[in-house]
Amino acid sequence: MNPLVETLLVVGKRLGWMLLTLWVVYTFSFFLMRAVPGGPFASDKKVPPAIQRQLEARYHMDEPLPMQYVRHLTNAAVFFDFGPSMRMEDYTVNEVIAQGFPVSATLGIIALVLALLFGMTAGVISAVRRNTIFDFGFMLLATVGIAVPNFVLASLSIILIVFWLQLVPAAGWGSIQQALLPALCVAAPYAAYIARLTRAGMLEVLNLDYIRTAYAKGLAPRTVIVKHALRGAILPVVSYIGPATAGILTGSLVLERIFNVPGMGSFFIDAAMQRDYTLALGMVVVYTALLLVMNTLVDLSYAIIDPRVKME
Amino acid sequence: MSAVETLPAPSRERYQALLGEAAQIRGISLWKDAWRRLKKNWAAMGSLWFLCALGLLAFFTPLLPLQSPQHQISDAEHKYQPPSSEAVTLEYDDRERRRLEQGIELDKQELRRVEKEIGELHRRLDRLPPKPEGTKTAAKKKPATVETAAEKERGAIEKEKAAKEKEKEALKGQLEGKWLAHPLNRLWNNPGPLTWQLLKARIAVFGKWSVPSLCGRDELGRDVLARIFWGARVSIIVGLVATLVSLAIGVSYGAVSGYLGGIVDTVMMRIVDILYSIPFIFIVIFLITILSEDSIKARLARWGIDQIVIFYFVIGAIYWLTMARVVRGQIISLKHEQFVDAARTIGAGTPRIVFRHLIPNVLGIVIVYLTLTIPSVMLFEAFLSFLGLGVQPPDVSWGLLMSEGLKVITPLEIHWWLVVFPGVALALTLFALNFLGDGLRDALDPRMKNR
Repeated sequence: MNPLVETLLVVGKRLGWMLLTLWVVYTFSFFLMRAVPGGPFASDKKVPPAIQRQLEARYHMDEPLPMQYVRHLTNAAVFFDFGPSMRMEDYTVNEVIAQGFPVSATLGIIALVLALLFGMTAGVISAVRRNTIFDFGFMLLATVGIAVPNFVLASLSIILIVFWLQLVPAAGWGSIQQALLPALCVAAPYAAYIARLTRAGMLEVLNLDYIRTAYAKGLAPRTVIVKHALRGAILPVVSYIGPATAGILTGSLVLERIFNVPGMGSFFIDAAMQRDYTLALGMVVVYTALLLVMNTLVDLSYAIIDPRVKME
Repeated sequence: MSAVETLPAPSRERYQALLGEAAQIRGISLWKDAWRRLKKNWAAMGSLWFLCALGLLAFFTPLLPLQSPQHQISDAEHKYQPPSSEAVTLEYDDRERRRLEQGIELDKQELRRVEKEIGELHRRLDRLPPKPEGTKTAAKKKPATVETAAEKERGAIEKEKAAKEKEKEALKGQLEGKWLAHPLNRLWNNPGPLTWQLLKARIAVFGKWSVPSLCGRDELGRDVLARIFWGARVSIIVGLVATLVSLAIGVSYGAVSGYLGGIVDTVMMRIVDILYSIPFIFIVIFLITILSEDSIKARLARWGIDQIVIFYFVIGAIYWLTMARVVRGQIISLKHEQFVDAARTIGAGTPRIVFRHLIPNVLGIVIVYLTLTIPSVMLFEAFLSFLGLGVQPPDVSWGLLMSEGLKVITPLEIHWWLVVFPGVALALTLFALNFLGDGLRDALDPRMKNR
């Protein structure tokens, strides 16, 4: 078969699974949310029944549940319209997402880049300088990074870096200094995992024949390590990017709160707590879609990095 | 032997030498070998000892001469008191305890007496002729005098019974009040029976003496050190129970999927794939908000399920995915391993292969994942408590302590001890669990054998 057609088929199949997963997640969340007694208007001060009825009619909550489901699903799937937020006045869900998403995405990307940068550097150095002080130091640091929860790290770094040393501003969003500390705190455990994965991968690859060949034909050690060994060792790291993205997204949930970053995470928690059905549903769909896309990209990139892996 | 003896002499000698050598090699079981290798790994062993000590300390926390984790002293001196080594006495009055216990005993006797009287009245009511339940015309046919006498007696008894019931309720309220005022209940939020005995032993051994506030005091003047110890109990139990729940689900799901194979395997693993891509934090936040809704909470409480039990199961139900995948993968790969074929060739039956050859091999990796799941579960508990969705006060956990500490950080005042000590406790425990998990993985890895 034509390789292009083959690729398209694989991508199409993946897309189908993605849509199915999204639908399952959507349906489950939809009915789970509606299972909660007391709607989003229940905790408000007593409103006259007529107004209550009107409110419910406005949000189509007076219809039978299956009809609400079909209506909301069609709007969301066909028009990408998640309707108005039930709690935040004058906001539609799309507006809230449009506001929060770029912030969260920026934070996530900075964190991911930092994690890859620090993790891979530390991993390569400890593999090449195996059993030296560098190796032990980095691996100890990595274990600390995995063991310390990110909010502990965040609070300790707030005390140390913000209040005592006063190097960066405490909270908020807008400048690169403000983004740096939250991004570092989110990235720390993932940098640690990546360092360990890189080290293990490098140790396996460094003993292989093709590395000896590369040295034998007179290449500089730097070229051998960066161009030849790293490429072979990087596969576990690539497959870890998927879960790492998921973790960074969830991790930023709580760090956005601590550092007062106006991203999706803070809206997400509030929406769930206040039972803002439409907003929470929109958020979970966006988060899930993001994860699925990342996982698919990671799987596809296998084939590009390692020619031995065939797309199934 | 006979095969060897028929060989020509030189090779016979060689084979006999080989056989002799083979007889000298002592087989060593997987677990012994793993333990031997684990003992060489000082980091893992240190972690193991640390965790054992932690477990013991957490279990015997009530026995330790700590201050009360919830006794509030909100005067200016004790509020946010930094760590100090000043001696502290427990706010515990033995005379008060004795007085209250006597009161409780008297109230109990009184209650028993009233209950007995109510029972007596009930019996008297039963002995009376049954209440006339027919129509008024039917009642009128009966002799008027008899009826009124019985009715009168019934009325009197019922009035008396109502009075007694009221008395009983009042007594119960009084008892409750005294019970809550009991020093052990006041200082240690309704301990269970075992904890109660341990606390009594602590009072008997150490009296009022308690460890100074080495870790400072919080907003309400509560001792942070004691709160860390009591929080350890909750954090560790959540970690263990939730992990066991995930273990039970994960191993059975993975094993079934791996054994059956084929279409069942495909479907089961597709379900896991789909579940994997769900951002679970959202589902958990929802489940917990749903289940802490008052009406649902009341319904669950009737079945004896409280917030913390829900918590175990919700977390456990999430963390089984990785375990299921790992176990399935192991079972599938082991099914076709050479040692299984070898066992079959020497005549082992299916049960023997499964129980003697497959399960022990899976068990190793299961234990490794267990030690690595506990820290992530504890982390998740801390994370949820941090968001205010996990353990509810007056219970404490490390996550809750951290979040309380973080809430009061301001640029003007940094009560660092509120964050640093619980944070260090949590980090050390997770650190040790991770080290132990890694050590176990290396020790149980067959590729590392005999190195």
